[in-house]
Amino acid sequence: MTPTDPTTTAGDTVLEVEDLTVQFPTDEGLVEAVRGVNYELRRGEVLGIVGESGSGKSVTSLAVMGLLPKTARVSGSVRFNGNELLESTDKQLSRIRGRGISMVFQDPMTSLNPVYTVGDQIAETILVHNDISKKAAHKQAIELLETVHIPNPEQRAKSYPHELSGGMRQRVVIAIAMANQPDVIIADEPTTALDVTVQAQILDALRTAQKETGAAMILITHDLGVIAGQADRVMVMYAGKPVEKGTADEVFYTPRMPYTLGLLGSLPRLDVKTERLTPIAGSPPSVINMPPGCPFSPRCPLSDDICDQEEPDLESGSDSGHLAACHFSYRVEGHEPADLFRPNAEDPLPAGATEGEVIE
Amino acid sequence: MTETALEVESTTSRTPVLSARDIVKHFPVHGGGLLRRRIGDVHAVCGVSFDLYPNETLGLVGESGCGKSTTARVVLNLQPATSGEVEFEGQNLNTLARREMRRLRRSLQIVFQDPYASLDPRIPVNEIVAEPLRIHGLYENGGKERVRELLATVGLRPEHGNRFPHEFSGGQRQRIGVARALALEPKVLVLDEPVSALDVSIQAGVLNLLEDLQENLGLSYLFVSHDLSVVRHVADRIAVMYLGKIVEIAPAEQLFEQPAHPYTQALISAIPVPDPRKERTRQRIVITGDVPSPANPPSGCRFRTRCPKFANQLSDGQRTKCVDEVPELIDRGHGHPSACHYAEAAQLI
Amino acid sequence: MPDNSDLSSATTQTPEKRTRVEREFTVAERSQAQLVLRRFLQHKLAVGSLIVLILIVLLAFVGGWLWKYSVEDLTGSNSQPPSWEHPFGTDAIGHDSFAQVLRGTQISISIAVLVAVFATVIGTIWGAVAGFYRGWVDTVLMRIADLVLTLPLLAVAAVLAHNTSGSWWLIAVVIAGLYWAYVSRVARGVVLSLREKEFIEAARALGASDSRIIFRHLVPNALGSVIVNATVLVAIAILIETSLSFLGFGVTPPDTSLGLLVSQNQTAVSTRPWLFYFPGLFIILIALTINFIGDGLRDAFDPQQTKVRA
Repeated sequence: MTPTDPTTTAGDTVLEVEDLTVQFPTDEGLVEAVRGVNYELRRGEVLGIVGESGSGKSVTSLAVMGLLPKTARVSGSVRFNGNELLESTDKQLSRIRGRGISMVFQDPMTSLNPVYTVGDQIAETILVHNDISKKAAHKQAIELLETVHIPNPEQRAKSYPHELSGGMRQRVVIAIAMANQPDVIIADEPTTALDVTVQAQILDALRTAQKETGAAMILITHDLGVIAGQADRVMVMYAGKPVEKGTADEVFYTPRMPYTLGLLGSLPRLDVKTERLTPIAGSPPSVINMPPGCPFSPRCPLSDDICDQEEPDLESGSDSGHLAACHFSYRVEGHEPADLFRPNAEDPLPAGATEGEVIE
Repeated sequence: MTETALEVESTTSRTPVLSARDIVKHFPVHGGGLLRRRIGDVHAVCGVSFDLYPNETLGLVGESGCGKSTTARVVLNLQPATSGEVEFEGQNLNTLARREMRRLRRSLQIVFQDPYASLDPRIPVNEIVAEPLRIHGLYENGGKERVRELLATVGLRPEHGNRFPHEFSGGQRQRIGVARALALEPKVLVLDEPVSALDVSIQAGVLNLLEDLQENLGLSYLFVSHDLSVVRHVADRIAVMYLGKIVEIAPAEQLFEQPAHPYTQALISAIPVPDPRKERTRQRIVITGDVPSPANPPSGCRFRTRCPKFANQLSDGQRTKCVDEVPELIDRGHGHPSACHYAEAAQLI
Repeated sequence: MPDNSDLSSATTQTPEKRTRVEREFTVAERSQAQLVLRRFLQHKLAVGSLIVLILIVLLAFVGGWLWKYSVEDLTGSNSQPPSWEHPFGTDAIGHDSFAQVLRGTQISISIAVLVAVFATVIGTIWGAVAGFYRGWVDTVLMRIADLVLTLPLLAVAAVLAHNTSGSWWLIAVVIAGLYWAYVSRVARGVVLSLREKEFIEAARALGASDSRIIFRHLVPNALGSVIVNATVLVAIAILIETSLSFLGFGVTPPDTSLGLLVSQNQTAVSTRPWLFYFPGLFIILIALTINFIGDGLRDAFDPQQTKVRA
């Protein structure tokens, strides 16, 4: 049984992803990068997707954009304003890309052309989808640069990408992303390559872009702090599957999946002095030829026989919007990370082997 | 545990194990043409001084290009300083002969950022950990046993020693790097972004390990990181660097409770915390622009080009001072030194 | 707290934990060597070439002993076209051409391998030292290498080989003396990028000596690219030796090589073509297969061909 999100009304959903799977055949076997993702994105909301490397969070959105290499096997359904994207032709897709859905990547240089000025590139994006004069497009480009807080936008428009700093470039990419008033902006680790002070500026610019265009935004990141500050709803991914979904408050304050709780416990925090972190033992599983059962089971303190046999579905507990994929989610609720995870989970320093024995 | 707490308390009255005095490191910039003439210098580190006390963790934080990693390498004498002195237990590293320096390397070790790049892919883990012992002629005497002990100490199974680095996950590789650094029983460990290449769930295990090792082996850490959250967790004292200079240095709790330098304040306020309600209500000091080029740093206070205080609060007369006069790193009445003419403690968290 | 018992039972599963630690190794990628082998095996042309080359080598070194005629034997039947008795025919004075081609292949391959080994060892060390120390050491070493590269190879080899009286291994040394410079450039390039890797800095931080860093860390890691070049070198050496022998500066009778055979029998092309074409065919086969193997190795080592990241 896959419960539908009852707070969603069909009318304002812009993007609907259903049972999305992505597989890559490789030498070593089938890489199951995405193993059944479902979500709905409503106009104006920010959905945060959080997960560690290899969790499939980026592949999910590349699949939505139709940007995966040809070897990828994609199945499921991606509906954008009611149109099925997975069955669209390349031509239809390119009309949607940039106009309907636009994307901001981690490395701005991948989406900027080094031989054109940034002003030209923004204007070009506008001209592709709009029937206006070049001059008008340029004027709009400068306005967009101003919107994303680029100082001296008129001068900056004449710069080439390599003349700009990383933060500036990312702002140009955001300007391009919002140029055609898209319905959805997908930001994939937009600040990971940047310093924290610049990150704050970029997150600001993204927020502005999203508010100005009224678009819905998918924010993909590994940084729980960024998600906490930006996202309305949060989806936690692990080994190609969402393992917890809910509002930001639900996921951060009352997690129902041990993995989420473990992540929160292993995070050193700026705002409070933590005496001891509680790491999750082991490391994320390989998504090649996955064994049956819950992929988190080998690292999970609650793991039991059923976990190795049956992969749990995303199910709601008492509050219906908050979903978790865990057989024992009722045992996670209301606990602190230290209740479940042992601080020394991966630290088998024998009790007797202190300094004298080990180092001498 | 009370003992260690007391030790940390009294660090200031004790002799430092490592001290850096006025370290300067310039990298020459060469022109393009045939002669590759030297056309200028990148001022990577400009007059950095600090003391590291026994059993203490000193955090060195700053954004990319602030010179924190270069400082770490100069401290280890992996790169020669342009000027300045590094003293380890009273010995000046800059004047040591090559042979003596190599002997001293036993006491000063480093753990690198990237556990994928810092282990030679062609050598099995046993040999990687044994290498320091072999180099210093210590392997013959029970080296094999020692390697097993070291692997166990960092939480790896000694039986896995004959595997190659690529067979281990990122967190395990970082543990191998730690084991290698510990092999020579160092007194000081320089940790250069030791967890920033690791996934969150793995980070915590390595951080806990480092804490335990410090407690059990009495190590001193110079912990270099861009991540203020991590540094807050591990460091006893923290030095904040900006464009080659330390702008503020304070005991960890003091730095977070009463940051005095505008840059420290901006840095603290820019870092997101995993707490939605706090994030929504937090006041942010957003600083504009990017870090200026270290090849041509601003005159006077190096932070003034991005300083919100300079831009919004100071009068023209006050600004002149920022432009003309380099602010010294001295205690300006906040209980710890800061390098701002108009330093003012602020409550941010 | 009804949950407490559950929690404690979950955290005291010691035997369970053991298997879990083991599972972590499923994350492991394949080793570099395994990956290279796998990619190489996917290169059909290279694998085919390898098989052909192995057959040729076996034929030359083992077949030469087993064949009923030796190089010097005069069979009594002169200028015979290929037959069951003489697969490659015989020459004007009755030498069995098959035996001669086998012997020629032996010599040619020996020379080529020796060239590859000499040139690779010297070139790798030369390039590694230059790349490691940089600065003036690099300048001096690489200018010398450049100088060697600018020498008109065939002319120098001819002059030198002329004075070495046709001993096959001396010819190999001469050719290697001119070709190590190519290898040194390749090795230097690889080492220049390797030396910036953190594991080199780590070795330095441990107090490792320069020679330890070069021979324990830099050279083994540069070997992949160097080996790819060495295969190409084998093919080049075969052709150079052939040219030299053809011009009369290489192997001299009574010994023989493929180049010498072709040279000796060039006048017979129209009258007794088997004498010319069989050694020629072997030269082409060897050079071609080695080149294809080199291609296969290059592709196998090429980091661009990375697999999809799991």
